[in-house]
Amino acid sequence: MKRALSLYAAAVYLFLHLPLAVLAVFSFNSSRFTVWEGFSLRWYEALFRDPHLAEAALNSLIIAFTATAAATVIGTLCAYGLWKQKTGILPGFIKSSLYLSLVTPEIVMGVSLLAFYQWVFRFLDVQLGMHTVVLAHVMFSIAYLVVVALARLRTLDPSLEEAALDLGATEWVAFRKVTLPQLMPGVAAAALLAFTISIDDYVITSLVAGVDSETLPMVIYAMARRGGSPLVNAVSTLIVVILGVMIVASERLQGHS
Amino acid sequence: MKLPAARLCLLPAAVLILLLFIAPLLIVCAYSLLSRGAYGGVGLPRSAESYTRLFDPLYASIFARSFAVAAISTALCLLLGFPLALFISRSGRRKNLYLALVILPFWTSFLVRTYAWMFLLRDTGLLNTLLLSLGIIREPLPLLYNYGAVILGLVYGYLPFMVLPIYATIERIDRSVIEAAADLGAKPWTTLTQIVVPLSAPGIAAGSVLVFIPCLGAYLTPDLLGGGKTILVGNLIQNQFTTARDWPFGSAVSLLLMALVMVLLLLIARRNQEGLL
Repeated sequence: MKRALSLYAAAVYLFLHLPLAVLAVFSFNSSRFTVWEGFSLRWYEALFRDPHLAEAALNSLIIAFTATAAATVIGTLCAYGLWKQKTGILPGFIKSSLYLSLVTPEIVMGVSLLAFYQWVFRFLDVQLGMHTVVLAHVMFSIAYLVVVALARLRTLDPSLEEAALDLGATEWVAFRKVTLPQLMPGVAAAALLAFTISIDDYVITSLVAGVDSETLPMVIYAMARRGGSPLVNAVSTLIVVILGVMIVASERLQGHS
Repeated sequence: MKLPAARLCLLPAAVLILLLFIAPLLIVCAYSLLSRGAYGGVGLPRSAESYTRLFDPLYASIFARSFAVAAISTALCLLLGFPLALFISRSGRRKNLYLALVILPFWTSFLVRTYAWMFLLRDTGLLNTLLLSLGIIREPLPLLYNYGAVILGLVYGYLPFMVLPIYATIERIDRSVIEAAADLGAKPWTTLTQIVVPLSAPGIAAGSVLVFIPCLGAYLTPDLLGGGKTILVGNLIQNQFTTARDWPFGSAVSLLLMALVMVLLLLIARRNQEGLL
């Protein structure tokens, strides 16, 4: 039975990894068609010369950096607050809302944000654009940040901070000099995670983006809808490699020290 | 400067959640009770028509189909995921590597992973090209743009949600129980079906709900792999807010979906009270 189980597991792993591997291999195909004709970097060259893709990639990066920075600060503070104050109305409200936000279907979160923005725009003279996308990204990545930061905080010894307080440190100094440095790997891991989620999101982004804020996933989606091309394979491969490196880095940061 | 008390640390997150999560959901609640506006959007008078329309056989069948697709995907995830979780739990020092191999694809772009299946399945895709060049088929098989492709994409996308909780419960099973079964003469298969499977029931339940929920509300997978031919709840909502411009009805559908998700969560909430948060 052991042997059968191993074979079965190998098949499932193939199912999980083969599609992306094949996709990556064919991004180096010199032919436009799905027939292997030889190794070539022409699709990668084409990719870097495409102004449309470059603009979308830049938008994605700006959005991901801004949203991640904001979500990291808010999320870390929130996790610290939840760690210090475990019960009460506010922590209870935040915990159940974040939990709910994790399981809310993306499409529901997207349309509700769209409806909300349109309602707010009745009173303010603004339109959909980068800012609305950034706000949406901060919202949906915050739960992941809090989960990871809180997991890290739970491994810390609260008596260290208490010792600092006993020795005369103010609460702020104790937080900054004692708790925050220990929390840092967790925060960095969480931020990397939030970044990857932000840069990859299509469903919510496409609903709340304006004309000037087309992101990379939106371009890839449009290209895929039109039938795809080796160019999409090349972009996809790059994204998978970059995100993969970030995720491994994030796991390392969570696992060690 | 004195560190703001815990409550102050929670304040930014609370404001964010109220403004960008709770308020939008409340707006959707309000919109679902209004009428369709003259130029899209919403207007008066108040009406419960959006809710009565949910009982229209056309929309009821979309919900039924979404349930069926989610149920089949969940069953397939279980079929693939349980043996995999069992394999990982029995692989000694390589456990972490094998776990990482399950988790890693999950964190790489969902959109790209869905596109990978389009690349494999479409008429000019890899599978059809291969089969054609080998002379096995004369015409490309219609592999893409059907429910089969959608289910395949969902299983591929959400398999880790099934593996991880099952793995966690199998890991917690007391080894001596399994050894006792073997000592008493049970064959490995009997031990598996009589001891391991029943003891990992909480993990199976949690995994099933965790897979079922995103499958039920899926939008991107049916959209790309179903190619507009497979209308599930997620596509219905998107359509009402974009092309059809019937926001009140789209809101009512969204709320029904949320209600279903919450009911499903309550089913496993009692089992996993600790949770992540």
